[in-house]
Amino acid sequence: MAKKWNLIVDVERCDNCRSCYIAVKDEHAGNDFPGYAAAQPAQGHHWLDIRRKERGSYPLVEANFQPVMCNHCDDAPCMKAARDGAVQKRADGIVIIDPVKAKGQKQIVDACPYGAVWWNEETQLPQHWIFDAHLLDAGWDKVRAEQACPTNVFQTVRLEDAEMQRLAEQQGLQVERPELGTRPRVYYKNLHLMTQCFVGGTVVHHVGGVEECAPGVLVVLRRAGREVGRAITDTFGEFKIDRLPPGSGGYELEAAGTSGRVTLAFDLGAESPYLGVLTLF
Amino acid sequence: MNLSVLLWGIPQAMRAMSKLYPDYARRLKECDLVAQFRLRDVPEGRWIALRGGKVRSGAGLHASPDLTLHFKNREIAENFLTPPFDMLERIDAAKNFKIGLEGPDDLAVWFMQTLTRLETITWKAGTDIGDGVTRYTNGTNSGPIFVYVKDGKIIRTTPIDFDDSDAPSWSITARGKTFTPSRRTTVATHGLCLKSMVYSKNRILHPMKRVDFDPDGERNIQNRGKSKFVRISWDEALEIVSKEIKRAKAVGPGAICVANGSHHQWGNLGHYLSAFNRFWNLIGVTKLVHTPDSWEGWFWGAMHHWGNSLRLGCPEFYGTVEDCLKEAELIVFWSSDPDATYGFDGTERREWAKQLGIKMVHIDPYLNHTAAHLGGKWISPKPGTDAAMAQALCHVWITENLYDKKFVAERTTGFDEWKAYILGESDGIPKTPEWQEKETGVPARDVRALAREWGSKKTYLGAGGWGVGLGGAGRSPMGAQWARMMTILGAMQGYGRPGSNFGNLQFGAPLDFNFYFPGYGEGSFSGELMASANSANNYQRMPHIVTMSSVRQAIPRMWFPEAITQGKAMGYLTDVSSIQGQFFPFGYPSPGHVRVEMLYKYGSSSLGTQVGSNRWIKAYQHESLKFVVNQSVWWEGETPFADVILPACTVFERWDISEWYNVGAGYVHHMYSMNNHRVITMQHKAIEPLGESKSDYDIFLAISEKLDMGSVYSEGGTSEYDWCKRVFDSSDLAKKISWREFLKKGYYVVPPDPESARAPTANRWFYEGRKKDTPEPYPLPSEYVGGLGKGLQTPSGKFEFIATTLKRIDDPDRPPLNQYMPVYEDGKREPELAEFPLQLLSPHSRYPFHLMGDDEGSSVRDIREHRVFKDGHHYLVARISRKDAEARGIRDDDLIRLWNNRGSVVCAAQITDRLRPGVISASTASAEYRPVGEPGKSTDLGGCINMLNPSKAIARKTHGIRPNTTLIQIEKWTGIDTWQPRAETA
Repeated sequence: MAKKWNLIVDVERCDNCRSCYIAVKDEHAGNDFPGYAAAQPAQGHHWLDIRRKERGSYPLVEANFQPVMCNHCDDAPCMKAARDGAVQKRADGIVIIDPVKAKGQKQIVDACPYGAVWWNEETQLPQHWIFDAHLLDAGWDKVRAEQACPTNVFQTVRLEDAEMQRLAEQQGLQVERPELGTRPRVYYKNLHLMTQCFVGGTVVHHVGGVEECAPGVLVVLRRAGREVGRAITDTFGEFKIDRLPPGSGGYELEAAGTSGRVTLAFDLGAESPYLGVLTLF
Repeated sequence: MNLSVLLWGIPQAMRAMSKLYPDYARRLKECDLVAQFRLRDVPEGRWIALRGGKVRSGAGLHASPDLTLHFKNREIAENFLTPPFDMLERIDAAKNFKIGLEGPDDLAVWFMQTLTRLETITWKAGTDIGDGVTRYTNGTNSGPIFVYVKDGKIIRTTPIDFDDSDAPSWSITARGKTFTPSRRTTVATHGLCLKSMVYSKNRILHPMKRVDFDPDGERNIQNRGKSKFVRISWDEALEIVSKEIKRAKAVGPGAICVANGSHHQWGNLGHYLSAFNRFWNLIGVTKLVHTPDSWEGWFWGAMHHWGNSLRLGCPEFYGTVEDCLKEAELIVFWSSDPDATYGFDGTERREWAKQLGIKMVHIDPYLNHTAAHLGGKWISPKPGTDAAMAQALCHVWITENLYDKKFVAERTTGFDEWKAYILGESDGIPKTPEWQEKETGVPARDVRALAREWGSKKTYLGAGGWGVGLGGAGRSPMGAQWARMMTILGAMQGYGRPGSNFGNLQFGAPLDFNFYFPGYGEGSFSGELMASANSANNYQRMPHIVTMSSVRQAIPRMWFPEAITQGKAMGYLTDVSSIQGQFFPFGYPSPGHVRVEMLYKYGSSSLGTQVGSNRWIKAYQHESLKFVVNQSVWWEGETPFADVILPACTVFERWDISEWYNVGAGYVHHMYSMNNHRVITMQHKAIEPLGESKSDYDIFLAISEKLDMGSVYSEGGTSEYDWCKRVFDSSDLAKKISWREFLKKGYYVVPPDPESARAPTANRWFYEGRKKDTPEPYPLPSEYVGGLGKGLQTPSGKFEFIATTLKRIDDPDRPPLNQYMPVYEDGKREPELAEFPLQLLSPHSRYPFHLMGDDEGSSVRDIREHRVFKDGHHYLVARISRKDAEARGIRDDDLIRLWNNRGSVVCAAQITDRLRPGVISASTASAEYRPVGEPGKSTDLGGCINMLNPSKAIARKTHGIRPNTTLIQIEKWTGIDTWQPRAETA
């Protein structure tokens, strides 16, 4: 089995500094790499992009970021849509849209379910992030996005497919929309920060008639009577229970400390709810 | 060496080099001339004749030389001409008239450069990495980069990965874990996007003249900003500019005013403190006095409690990375977003703190980038009210005995008066958590919880953008009050105690603080001794000729428009040598000087960076301003308000040399401790200047030649390339690596000190009552009252809760006791402001650095958290809370208009829960100005948010700016502009 390229992207480590984003533009704007890619327009294309997701609501909120790019699928819809072999899968796993043969083939753009292929109006070319194949072929051991990233979001790994599958299972890596069966080569760590919900709140109590934050309070989340998560409130009485499926319906929450308890039922919709101030009594 | 041999050797070398180096042969063909070397005391010498690139020479004296280089006597000539050259000897010979040059100035400069080129032509720059690619290095405003060049074109730029030959990195062991930084440079987007800026569609590539500007006839001043431009030749441009300089000089001293932005492209030579200052010192000009505009609150406020005047009122930071990681249990980020703007070496260190379980609290109306990345408790006070929250913390500490009583007793003064104020004994208002809740909107319980946590755990206070000052609330209307509170909180917790100090790991990496390399703040070859840090080290170490402007006239930058339109302005000196240095008023015009009638604008755009900036347009169109030059790399908002535009090139198209974040002993001494490594870079000329653009140095040299000052400006024909070598030779770098090796590799990593020899922890000496032991030459010896190195710079030598120096100025906005003053501009208190219900925050940008990176051709423009592309234009993002957006039916990416009486700006809405409702956040600084109609009197689509900020001073007896909190209203942009500026009520 041949070793092939894969990219692991840790969503938790990304703070949207945009170094990777600028690096990809820097690599391709004004540069033709024959056999790999024609030049990218100076502005307007986002071959590597960063998706933004806020979870929670004021004042308990998170900002999460997910770099997205061509997934270099092993069963790539763009290959099927291409004519004259304009999209090729290399032995090392990388998908290349031929910058000559693909001219005029806008259907390649439309075929990608991830929206990762960009149409260059000026050159009439479908274009995508080429996994820096030209650099890897010249001896680079990582993609420019990884080289430019200050927070170590990316890992460029060259593994046999079976090894990669083991790694994905061990580390709980996920791919974008696995249900499509496209078998992406870009894997994500901590993708729940983009796709799952948390429930959060602030627990307070009264001490001598004065409202105080209630730290160290056990908060238990139940669904149909069965516990699905728990947390201890922090110094400010705040808690968060994560990895809840969006739209998963009714939950009951109970917070109990030495100064009392409070219970609350809520429906979990599409977004992460902040339950507000919960007073123990 | 014998003179006749030396002189005989010169033409021999010229012939040889023109055979070996085609570039040198080409250079010899540029100019035909006869140059005579001769002694003054005896008729001896040798002449060299150049004609069509051929070199002839003869002993003795030529009948009609074009140029004569004369030496007082044989000994001086031999000294001067014998390599290796001693620059101190050469400077001495020039300035004491031991040598002299006669002949046309431009020929003299050319010939001297041709002689120097005999050596420099043999230098090889950059590393050949195969396939026709050369890897160069450069420095940016956020860090060093590799620059890959093929066929004369930049193909990519990347951060630098160190290799095994580079110095090892430091390690810190804390709580059983050892941390070593990544072996690379980290660079923010404004440093990574520069290829797109070099090849931007927006570059100015030719000299230009406004179509309706006639220097000898109708100037059509009223059309500045409206008329188009036409391309002209360099000859014509230089002729106009040099004639106008002569004309203005004849009007009287101070008629020429020069204006630079706060920053420039990175580099010691091309900086405004160097090439620009040297030139204008030779002309004599009115300068704009910059206020420390990112430090306002620290400079005008905090300084009075503890001194640190040479740090603009900010604290020292040595050793704090190690101390914080080893000792601290909590880091409070107060108006602090270090992940914005400055690269990411500190980000890695903060991740270590997170791994160690150090808790984080973030106080900011916006859940800023650092806070979002690190996590922790977010507290969002209403903008401008932070001081009330800080005073309530003091209240809890005092009533619950949670402060450092020993420190307060031994190292401070005035605490009893402060305590009486906090408890309400002196004014009847106890500053309780409940009291502050009404001002700040922060629940009292949160303040109590924070006070107890802070008072019982070892805590670092990261105040301001850098954690040790700068930006954030410090540059807001209440900035002085806020920064003063930050010092007071630190003092109550005994700053300098292990684990208790200022910072948030952004500064204070354990580097070598003794290895000398000049920072840009030293002004390089400027020769300026007063308005730069030149005299501290650089002037001794790199011999060069002193320069000095004899014009004693200045204008506070904030009130430049009023100086032009009303003919007067008043400001305060930015004299950082003492605390009271900031009390000295100055007026414009100066006695015996004349009003400004020519402006030379050097890059940047005031319309995007200066407060209430619609005022600038009035100044530009005012009849008294007879001539305006704009020298710039890119076409920016302010560019079309000129009469003549001169195209400068980027730092990739010229030579420079620098160290990453080294300012020198200027205003942030040892600023490089923000980095994990000290990295000194050659800033290679990687490509030829685009179009007809020239380096700033070459532009000033060309104008100098028109004014017969080229030899003086260039110190006898020194080029930028030669200056790089002189900077190198002046530094400790020359002891560690050869010039040729450095030039090839392009960078050098300064080894860190061994652990046993690291700089002591900041403020520990003060905490422990010892003599100052941190490696900064501050305060000046004359500032100490208790003996050199003993105590602080304050009159008492102690931390002063009640600031003595403020008792000496009587500024109602800065009372000696830092009593709480509600935020200026409050619709509840001022009914005429009720139509503007939202507070606008205008923080430093995250992606660009002021204007740098925001150019219309820059790749940064595509970042949708910076600008949103809509209807063919990139609109600046304005962040708006979900609640405020829903109330106005505003959706993500909708175009919205932000306005008040001063300005009206269209932005793209970004709806967020990261913002306190009632607050809008849009970054300061925009490279673009795009008025819908009449400039200055219509809505801007470019994103000049500063047009909305007031042009009032942060405190009455200052000229500090107060942006970053003002009142506005917003609405969906209809495309129909009905806005008109309205006069402000006093």
